[in-house]
Amino acid sequence: MLAARRRGDWLTSQFFFVMVASMFPLGIGPDPNTLRMIGPGVVWVSALLASLLSLPRLLAEDFRDGSLEQMLLTPQPAVLLALGKSLAHWLIYGVPLLLISPILGIQFSLPAEAIAILMLSLLIGTPILSLLGSVGAALTLGLRGSGVLLTLLILPLYVPVLIFGAGAVDAIMAGTSAESHLSLLGAILVSTLLVAPWIAAAALKVSIE
Amino acid sequence: MAINLYYYASPATFYQLSGKLIPWFGWSAAILTLIGLYISFFVAPTDFQQGEAYRIIFIHVPAAWMSMFIYLVMAFWGAIGLAFKTRLSFMMSRALAPTGALFTFVALWTGALWGKPMWGAWWVWDARLTSELILLFLYIGIMALWAAIDDPQRGDRAGALLTLVGAINVPIIYFSVKWWNTLHQGASIKPSGTSMHEAMLAGMLIMAFAAWFYTIAVALYRVRTLIIERERNSEWVKALTGK
Repeated sequence: MLAARRRGDWLTSQFFFVMVASMFPLGIGPDPNTLRMIGPGVVWVSALLASLLSLPRLLAEDFRDGSLEQMLLTPQPAVLLALGKSLAHWLIYGVPLLLISPILGIQFSLPAEAIAILMLSLLIGTPILSLLGSVGAALTLGLRGSGVLLTLLILPLYVPVLIFGAGAVDAIMAGTSAESHLSLLGAILVSTLLVAPWIAAAALKVSIE
Repeated sequence: MAINLYYYASPATFYQLSGKLIPWFGWSAAILTLIGLYISFFVAPTDFQQGEAYRIIFIHVPAAWMSMFIYLVMAFWGAIGLAFKTRLSFMMSRALAPTGALFTFVALWTGALWGKPMWGAWWVWDARLTSELILLFLYIGIMALWAAIDDPQRGDRAGALLTLVGAINVPIIYFSVKWWNTLHQGASIKPSGTSMHEAMLAGMLIMAFAAWFYTIAVALYRVRTLIIERERNSEWVKALTGK
């Protein structure tokens, strides 16, 4: 199920992540104070966009060669398939992104503890993106212009993750505790983990028929 | 007398019924709008804090209520459709979406017009405004999904799933003024009573009912179009159009 066979494929979204984030200092100017202020938000928005870029391929290949249909026909529940797909997406997209993020943090001259919180918030937040994204990918499977459509459908749902993820880093830089933001992020993760695979499985069945 | 819901769940009978209902709802909406506007402009007193500018409340609040309520109704019909596989409920859901998006836009737009003289800004990023904006994005996303899927059955069910996922946003909007300290003022109407003048309240409620009836009339009209389009190969539609 792991779709890591094509290296070029999954590395693109990581490079995309780095490049989008690097565009902001170029566009805004290299003042360290401004960069420190916008840094967490920029890294998080880039993470959202990178996840959207990698999502259409999550199911499309398997759909085209028919293996997705075969997987749905197996006796295993479709929920497990959806959960596995989300996990695969997170391993390929989320984990490398997590490892790259400190470099971006340095680019935005964030202090060390803020970088640690940034990584922690990405660690909790990116699985949510993969889980929600699997719902969107299943809904838009095989449609014309599915990439743009996916963006339209999923970005509004990503908003809470963005707010609390970037909020956690902002809080630590403002000198308060990031705990409340991280707890809320954790709560979102648990609830999406409970709900999203079922909806994605239902959406897969709708799309495959 | 028990109404046989299964009887009216058939598109053919519902088509007849809705045809009879549309003029009633349409005219009540028009009359209520006239009464409501008269009250809002001539009867309701000037607000002691906000002056005349507060009068936009008579459009703003009903539109905001409808934007959330229509979404919940859409989600309800979507859930019914997914559970019972009824064709008509999906069509209802589809018919409601453009009106819901319209009201969301109106609520945001009038809110901006109201915010400028009161807060000195067209837009602030507070919780209620942001969540209402997300609601607009959700409406647009759902309609885009419907537009992209050619197969009506698949589109119906995919759209219903997305509507249900997005429904979590509605309580967030509604309670946002309670949960967060926002610039947006809190609710004036509570179960324990209202802090508004009676004429203001009456104007607002009448406008809300006008918006409601307008929604029903337009949604029924749209659902009739959808029914005719989907059932174009059935006997009764052919008999109706005489082809």
